Amino acid sequence: MTTSIYQPEMARLVNVEQMTALEKLFTVELPGGHSLGHAPGQFVMVSLLGIGEAPISITSSPSRSNGHFELCVRRVGDVTNALHKMEAGEYIGIRGPFGHGFPIEKMRGKDVLFAPGGLGLAPLRSLINQVLDERGLFGRVIILYGAKRPSELLFRDELEEWVARDDVECFITVDRGDDTWEGHVGVITTLFPQVSVNPRNTVAVTCGPPIMYRFVLMELLGKGIPETQIYLSLERRMKCGVGKCGHCQINNLYCCQDGPVFTYAQIKGVEEAL
Amino acid sequence: MSLMILDKGAVAPLVNALMADYRVVGPQARGPKFVFDTITDPSQLRLDYNTTILPPKKVLQPPEERLATFVRGAKPQVETVIEAQPTVLLGVHTCDLHAIQLLDKAFSQEYPDAHYLQRREQTVIVSLECLEPCDEHSFCKSMGTLTADEGYDLHLTDLGASYAVDVATERGAELLSKYGTAREATAADIKRLNEVLSAKWPRFTYRLDFDAAELPALLSTAYDHPLWDELGERCLACGSCTNVCPTCYCFNVFDEVDMSLAEGERRRRWDSCQLDEFARVAGGENFRKARAARQRHRFMRKGKYLYERFGVLGCVGCGRCIRTCVAGISIVDGFNTIYGSA
Repeated sequence: MTTSIYQPEMARLVNVEQMTALEKLFTVELPGGHSLGHAPGQFVMVSLLGIGEAPISITSSPSRSNGHFELCVRRVGDVTNALHKMEAGEYIGIRGPFGHGFPIEKMRGKDVLFAPGGLGLAPLRSLINQVLDERGLFGRVIILYGAKRPSELLFRDELEEWVARDDVECFITVDRGDDTWEGHVGVITTLFPQVSVNPRNTVAVTCGPPIMYRFVLMELLGKGIPETQIYLSLERRMKCGVGKCGHCQINNLYCCQDGPVFTYAQIKGVEEAL
Repeated sequence: MSLMILDKGAVAPLVNALMADYRVVGPQARGPKFVFDTITDPSQLRLDYNTTILPPKKVLQPPEERLATFVRGAKPQVETVIEAQPTVLLGVHTCDLHAIQLLDKAFSQEYPDAHYLQRREQTVIVSLECLEPCDEHSFCKSMGTLTADEGYDLHLTDLGASYAVDVATERGAELLSKYGTAREATAADIKRLNEVLSAKWPRFTYRLDFDAAELPALLSTAYDHPLWDELGERCLACGSCTNVCPTCYCFNVFDEVDMSLAEGERRRRWDSCQLDEFARVAGGENFRKARAARQRHRFMRKGKYLYERFGVLGCVGCGRCIRTCVAGISIVDGFNTIYGSA
């Protein structure tokens, strides 16, 4: 039989967990429990037969695979709304992993500053947990996470664990608090004054809604972190994931193949990027 | 490989013989225009055509095709479908031949696309030298596509009562010897061919005010050119220009299910970067919202981006986008405008 790059593999949902009103965490097992073989920052095309396909970042770290991988998915379009109606034991199609992830080998020995906003934590968590599983190979680990409201914070168990760890500097903020929130209130940029960094030895990693980038980038550049050491994970519409369909093009770059992880130096001045 | 001579009277028998074993696709009249379509009678073939509405791309990348069939339910299954059949593609002009070579690169690099490549593998290409400009819109001479050295199995040049056939591949040679009656070219035929080929050049005019090789560099300085806003004002975002373009290969993928919702097909269909929703994600963000930005993207792809990726320009000067644009947008005039203000 001919192999097609568009042929999905049918994978079983082994667990589905409601995380927030809009986001669920799906634990996925490929046939025979074979490894996805992904790198942090890569994505898969999720296929629901009869509905369609959508690109979804892999949120689990390769260092914690156990024959499974995880997808943190917001219900927002046709595929993701249908996916949210599915239960453990049901099957979804998977193609991938695709794209260039975070170059973790270039980050070893350095301080790593993570600045995810909202759902932007999903792709970054893959790298965060990989870094924490190789904790000794990195300098400082700083996590500055912002969400709109306390109810929208993702991976709350892990957030608590990161806050509690002595070897992680984790600060969390929400744009607007509520009766239960005792933490910091303010947009993500209000966290930046709380940490000082050695810019030459710091790698920054950010992902969030398009509006967030310009403000977070200003903070990172303001701290003197070189443009080549700032990594962003971008979102685009994709129909193939393999550099053919054209939907994800950012000027001359294909988000699916050249990205989804780019350095700021790569996309600075590329108008369609941010 | 070799040069053969095919009498014009031998074309119809050749097509007839091919039809027994191949789907034969060639230019034929449709109203006042021409289209590439399956030949069911040799008399339909019009090798004297000027240009076609859609390029022969449609044979290699159909406007719509099945990628897979699937069964839904508790144990969903999906099976790849490759829609390919032995095909002879007749009468491809050299501009379109250059375009097919770009498509070959696009669908074979990094992640080879078996759907396209198997169709391509099963398609024998018989191309045709243009001896007259098709109309005032083409600018093949400027784009260096007025002739071709490769990309075909057989290449025809009209010598009046016969065609000179440049046999370029083993496959082409077999096709010609098995289905046709051609003879080897004599010294006189070769002389006649050379006369015909040199006589054609003055009939074509240069439309670009500069060397096409400068296009990528020129466009790299034109990102903020006022032309884009002007085109954005005029463009109706209908997507006709990309539909008729021989090097546009962007596509959409979608599923169709039967009435019982139990089974269905995954299909792909030509898409257009000129349409509003092309770069819009489910969350609502549209990364190429303005028509000006979308026209710029088309010009950049044709003159710069595809060149950077594949080493060949994405515009072959066929003129189809100009011919079809209801707003009168001309890519060659646009390139000249940018050159004139550089």
